[in-house]
Amino acid sequence: MQSIKASLKDLLRYPSAVMGSLVLLGVIALAVYAIVSIPYDEALRLWRGGPDVWYMNPRNALPKWVNLFRSDQLPESIAILNTDESVDLETKETSAGFSDLTYTFHFDYPYDEFPQELAFFFTSEYVENEPFVSVYWTTPDGREFRIVDMGVSRQESYRFSQDERLTRRLGNNAARIALFQDPDSDPEDPVPLKGEYQVELKVLTFEENSTIDAEFVLHGEVYGLAGTDHRRRDLMVSLLWGAPIALAFGLVGAVGSSVSTIIIAAFGVWFGGVVDGIIQRITEVNLTLPFLSILIMVGTFYSKSLWVILGVTILLIIFGAAIKTYRAMFLQVKEAPYIEAAQAYGASDVRIVMRYLLPRLIPVLIPALILSVPTFVFLEATLAVLGLGDPVLPTWGKIIYDAWGNAAVYNGYYYWMLEPAILLTLTGIGFSLVGFSLDRIFNPKLRGL
Amino acid sequence: MSSEAHALQAGGDVPEQNPLVGTLTRVAKYTGVRFVILILTVVVGVYLTILIANMGGYVDSIIRGQIRENIALVIQNDPNFKTLDPSVRAAWIAEQVTLEESRLGLDQPFVIRSFRFLFKAMVLDLGRAQLMTSDEGSREVRLIIQERLGPTLLIMGVANFILFFGSVFAALALSRKYGSFLDRLVIALSPSSSAPSWFYGIFLILIFAAVLRILPFNGMVDSPPPETKLGYTLSVLKHAILPVSAIVIANIFLGIYNWRTFFLVYSSEDYVDMAKAKGLSDRAIERRYILRPTLPTIITNFSLTLIALWTGSIILETVFIWPGLGRTYYTAIGLYDTAVIVGLTIIYAYMLVLTVFLLDFVYALVDPRVKIGAGSS
Repeated sequence: MQSIKASLKDLLRYPSAVMGSLVLLGVIALAVYAIVSIPYDEALRLWRGGPDVWYMNPRNALPKWVNLFRSDQLPESIAILNTDESVDLETKETSAGFSDLTYTFHFDYPYDEFPQELAFFFTSEYVENEPFVSVYWTTPDGREFRIVDMGVSRQESYRFSQDERLTRRLGNNAARIALFQDPDSDPEDPVPLKGEYQVELKVLTFEENSTIDAEFVLHGEVYGLAGTDHRRRDLMVSLLWGAPIALAFGLVGAVGSSVSTIIIAAFGVWFGGVVDGIIQRITEVNLTLPFLSILIMVGTFYSKSLWVILGVTILLIIFGAAIKTYRAMFLQVKEAPYIEAAQAYGASDVRIVMRYLLPRLIPVLIPALILSVPTFVFLEATLAVLGLGDPVLPTWGKIIYDAWGNAAVYNGYYYWMLEPAILLTLTGIGFSLVGFSLDRIFNPKLRGL
Repeated sequence: MSSEAHALQAGGDVPEQNPLVGTLTRVAKYTGVRFVILILTVVVGVYLTILIANMGGYVDSIIRGQIRENIALVIQNDPNFKTLDPSVRAAWIAEQVTLEESRLGLDQPFVIRSFRFLFKAMVLDLGRAQLMTSDEGSREVRLIIQERLGPTLLIMGVANFILFFGSVFAALALSRKYGSFLDRLVIALSPSSSAPSWFYGIFLILIFAAVLRILPFNGMVDSPPPETKLGYTLSVLKHAILPVSAIVIANIFLGIYNWRTFFLVYSSEDYVDMAKAKGLSDRAIERRYILRPTLPTIITNFSLTLIALWTGSIILETVFIWPGLGRTYYTAIGLYDTAVIVGLTIIYAYMLVLTVFLLDFVYALVDPRVKIGAGSS
C-alpha cells in the first residue's frame, strides 16, 4: 500500500500525468455538475422529449458563442408570454360575458440574419365558443402587416411559415424574411431591419370564464452554449449527461474486466489441473471469435441496454488475451519461496491467492486498468454509431450517431458532431496520459526508455 | 491483435537441448495433437456463433413471421387471387408458406439444423444466404464473400502494410537515436491510439470532404462510375485515401511506440554492446543482433495483420459506406441472415487457427533455438 501511495506521488513528477489528471478532473467536474444540475429523470425526460418539451427551441441552431467570432450577428431565440411584464395590455369595454383584449409584444431585433421561424402557441379555456384572435405586425419603420385572424381551440399553434395565405399576402415571400426585410435593401440579397418590432394580439372571448394564454416565439439561429439538434433538443443536456455515463461505462468496464481477469487467472494458476484447463479452453474458443461481431449480434438480437452490453463485453474481455499474459506471470510468482512458506504455516487457498499471489501483479494491473478505460468509452460510441446505442440514455455516442445520421457534416452543422467528439477525445486522452505515466512508474524497466 | 496470437500459442517455443532422437515422430505427434485441439476449438467457437446468431432458435420464428407476411401481401395484391374463395386462398397461402419454409430448411427442429449447419460450415460448404444477395444477384454465401473481399482487402491491406512496415522501420530509426525530439514527439502522440479509426475517419471527412471539398465523403467509386478502366481505378483510389488514412492515423503512433520500446529492450542486451564495441556498422547491428532475435515476434504480428484484413473494419466501412466484408457482416446481422454471419465467422476462425498452427513451424525455421514439440506440451 505504502509503495502505491509513493508511486502516486511520483505521478506528479510527470508533466503529461499532471495534464492528464487535470483533464480528467475537468471531465469528472462536468459529470458531477450534470448529476447535480439536472436530475436523472429530468435528463431522460428532456432527452426523450418531443416537440411538447422543445417547441421553444430552433432546429439545428448553432451555439450562442459563435456570434463572438462573426461580423454578421445571428439571431437568438425570443419567447414572450402574454402575461410577461413587458407586454402591454389594453382592455376595451364590452357587453357582459364578452371581453376584448389587445396585447402588444415588443422585442428588439439587432441581428444581421433572418430568424428561422415565427410562431404563436395558444392555450385557451372555454365551454362552447372558442376565443378569436387577430395578429398584426409592426416593423421599426412603422409599416404594418396583418398576419392572421383565427379561432383558437384549446391547444393551438400557429406557425407563420405554414400559413400560405400570409405568404401570398406578402408577395410570395417567406414570412420570416418579408416581415423583417429592410425595404431599402436589395431584394436578391435581403437584409433585416434592426430595431424594435411590435406584435399586436387582439383577443375576443365570448364566455364568462373564457381565458387565453399566448406565447410568441421567434426561433433564432443560435441557442445556448451547445446549440440544438434536429429535434430542437438542447445539446447541453446530452453533452452534460454523457459525461457521467461515459465515466461509469468506462470505469465499470475497465475495473470489472481487469480485476475479474486477474482474479480468475490467479485461481486458475493456483488450482491448476482441470480448473486451469477449463479457463484455457474457454479463452481459446473465445479468441477464435471476432469480438465486435459478437457484440453487434448481442445488441441486435437480445438487448440494446448499455448495461447488458457492458456485461457481455466484460465477459468477452475476461477470457481474452490478457488472461494468458497474467497466467504466465502468476506461474512465475507461484514458484516463489514465500508462497511455499505461506503453505507451510497453513494458509488457505483463498488466502494465498488473494493475499500473496494477487498483490504481486498490482503494478501491472493498475496501468493496464487505466489504459483500458478509453477503450470502453470509445466502445460505447462505436456501438452507438452502429445504431446500437442505448435507447434511453443520452450519451456522447448517441449525439454523434444523430449528427451522422442527419448528415451534419454534409450540411455544415459541424458543432453538432464536434462537441461530443471533443469531449470523447478529452476523456480518452486524460486516461491515456495518466495510464502511460503510471505504466512507467510501476514498470521501472520502461522508465529509461 | 498481436497479443491474441501469443496467447493462442500454447507452447512450443521453449528452448531445450535434447538430442535429435526421433525428431520426426515428435514433430508428427505434436502436429497431430495440436491440429486436433485447434480444430476442436474452431468447432466449439463456430457452434457458439450459430447459437448466438440464431438466438437459440428464436430467429426462426421471426423469419417464419416474415415469410407469412410477405406471401400474404403478395397474394393480396395479385388481382388473379381477388376473385378466389377466402378459404381456398387461405389454403393456398398456407401451402406457399410451407414451401418457402422447407426451401429455407425451417421445417426441421433447430437442434438438428444447428448440427447440420455446423458440419457444413466446418467443411466450408457455406450454403445460401436467406435474404442477402451479391451484386450479381447470387444467394451463394461464397460468392457474396468473394465479391466483398476485394474492397476490404484494398483498404485494409494497404493500410495495414503501411502501418506494419511504417511502424517497424520508424521504430528502428527512433530506437537508434532515442531521446531525440522526434522520439519524444512519438511518445507524446501515442495516446492518440486510444480513439478508434472511425473516429479519425469522421474528422478526416469533415476536413477534406466537407470543408476543403477535395476528396469524396464516402462510397467506393464516383457515381456514375467512370467508363475507362484507368478512370475507374483512379476513382477507387481517390475514395480509398480517407479510410486508409483513418486506419493509419489511428494506429501508427502506438505501433511505433510499442516497437520502439521492444527494440530498445533488445538493443540493451550484452551482445549488442559487444557488437558495438567491435565497431560493427549500425545496419549490421540492426540486421544481425536486433532484428534476428526479434524476428518471431515480428512475424507473429505480421501474420495477425493478415488475418485482421479478413474481418475488415465493421464500423469504418459503415462510416465510409465502403462495400466490404465488415459492412456485409453488419448488414447480415441486421437482416438476421445467419448463413452469412456464420460464413464470415468460420473463415475468420479458420484463418486465425491456421496462422497459429503454421507459426510454430515458421518459428522453428527462423529461430534455431526453437524446436517443434519440445518442452511443456
